[in-house]
Amino acid sequence: MMTKSKRLSWGFFVFFIPVFLWLMLLIVLPHIELLRMSFARPAYLKQPGFTLSNYIEFFKEPIYWNTFFRTAMYSITVTMIVLIIGLPVAFYITKVASFKTRGFLTILILIPFWVSELIRVYGWTIILRESGIINHFMTKYGIWKQPIEMLYNDAAMIMGLVYTSILFMVVPIIGVMDSLDNSLIEAAYDLGAKKNVIWRQIIIPHCMPGIISGCIIVFMMVLGSYLTPNLMGGKNSMWFTEQIYNQFILYRNWNMGSAFGFLLLFMSSIIIWVALKLSGQSLKEVVK
Amino acid sequence: MKKALLVLLVVLVCASVAFAGGNKEKAAEGNKVLRMLTWTGYAPQSQIDEFERLYGIKVEATPSSNEEMISKLIATGGSGFDLAQPSQDRIVSVVKSNGIYQPIDYSKINEDQLDPALVASTKKFTEYEGKIYAVPHVFGTSGLVVNKKYVKKNPKDLDYTDLLDPAYAGHVSYRCKRPILCAMGFAMGYDVWDLYNKPAEYQKMLDAVGAKLIEGKKVLKYYWENGDQLLQGMQSGEIWIAKGWEQGAWKLYKENPDIDYVAPKSGSMAFIDTFAIPAKSENVDGAYKWINFVLEPKNAAEFTNAEGYGTASKDAVKYYEPEAKANFERCFTPEVMANMNWYPTVPDGLESMEGKTLDKMRAAK
Repeated sequence: MMTKSKRLSWGFFVFFIPVFLWLMLLIVLPHIELLRMSFARPAYLKQPGFTLSNYIEFFKEPIYWNTFFRTAMYSITVTMIVLIIGLPVAFYITKVASFKTRGFLTILILIPFWVSELIRVYGWTIILRESGIINHFMTKYGIWKQPIEMLYNDAAMIMGLVYTSILFMVVPIIGVMDSLDNSLIEAAYDLGAKKNVIWRQIIIPHCMPGIISGCIIVFMMVLGSYLTPNLMGGKNSMWFTEQIYNQFILYRNWNMGSAFGFLLLFMSSIIIWVALKLSGQSLKEVVK
Repeated sequence: MKKALLVLLVVLVCASVAFAGGNKEKAAEGNKVLRMLTWTGYAPQSQIDEFERLYGIKVEATPSSNEEMISKLIATGGSGFDLAQPSQDRIVSVVKSNGIYQPIDYSKINEDQLDPALVASTKKFTEYEGKIYAVPHVFGTSGLVVNKKYVKKNPKDLDYTDLLDPAYAGHVSYRCKRPILCAMGFAMGYDVWDLYNKPAEYQKMLDAVGAKLIEGKKVLKYYWENGDQLLQGMQSGEIWIAKGWEQGAWKLYKENPDIDYVAPKSGSMAFIDTFAIPAKSENVDGAYKWINFVLEPKNAAEFTNAEGYGTASKDAVKYYEPEAKANFERCFTPEVMANMNWYPTVPDGLESMEGKTLDKMRAAK
């Protein structure tokens, strides 16, 4: 017994120390510094000491919280759209497709993700822009009289975000749907249940942990994405990450930037907490 | 089990020691490498190869931008790079606040090959406490890039305010960065540089300029984010008039003479990209060698022929290709040169003020 516990502690330290150092040095310490900065004034003002001015500025200036809520609302919308598309896809792959095509289909979903996000987004701009592929054919065959600008608006941006994050919804759902016994669905059919009842009462409840973890991943990814909103979003669609980047890099106001960063962290935590409460899932169950 | 873990631990420790040692070794032979923060195209591969052949120093060039250079060097306290190329207006304020650059020893610079006027203005803009912090390299301007096929107005009468003209609705583009604010300020009759050190009045100007730009936003197609986006937009005819650099405009002119650079009535916005040496540069010697090498007339001319920008190298003109020469003569007449607005040093806090205006513009409907 003695030796066993000793062994355990050895192994524990060997594997614990790298993880601990990783978390401490690369995540916890920088965040503490950022937190300190978010409560300080820019250095050139030479006014040391605690201040809430960075946070007050955020609430005073409508453009900041407008972008903030816009980003949150659009992230939730994108997550919902991804879920609505991802659920049937996952169902088809696990339950309908034959074993052979199953692997093939999964690969098909994976392949676009072997290419960098930047290239994929540029691909969309080539297709959608005013002098792009769709407009070229539409005007050539006289379906549209004049080319229409389809890029640089919110719809294009949402589509881009859905496209870049769909994999991260489908994969976790495939994982849980796999473990759903087919006989449950068959039994429900035998007992005369309708399709939507089967979805509502059997498939979705069983897949809930996968759905929630997929939603969390997608939501966080979309909330924190920078490239897609920036390149496809156009002149009116400001994303909150762009605000943070601008504060840090363009306006050299690291204090305001860190305050924005913490507000974003705070908001995403609250939204996820609310989502977990509403769906009745526990975080423990979801990350399992 | 225990043994295996012990072995693993020993291996890990050894490996980390070995890595640390390796890093030190690399630093000791640091003068074989010149790590440079620069702009895309400023360090052509052919010259990097030639430099390595001549001096045995390998050049690692990282393309960057003014904002990134500052952020990176502030984050490391001026280490990690041996040479940087900030614009002349972005040096003194960061030297003052963070000390990220070291003074230039002009005795090590081959001044004979440089244009005295550009050296003088660089010295004026980058002097701090009696020391000079930069050597001029490239100069360039931003003005209007115009497609004559669609914009019929006499080029001599064009100004930045034409970017707000509803006649071009949906075919206008500019960057949502600080230059558009300064340029529009000039076009609206403000003496922008004079207001730099009067924050309250500068804020008033920003409010007026911001309001005008927000009002004109319905005319805008998009804020361009990178040079390629602008080039493609102009090339395809989606954009008719834009604020941009002469370099991009001349690339377009070569393919389509309808598109050209136009110096606005209130003056082109001019910058000098300089050489500055980070405070903790590990290869100061190599940095001076590179500066003198790149500004040799032949090398400078090779750069101008390829990229379009002029340099501080005095005799480079002799080696210009006819096309580059024609570009300069067509667009930079003596009147245009005399009317340039050279950016002075940006005072602290100005960028935060401008940032808010830019955010408002971006978020506006």
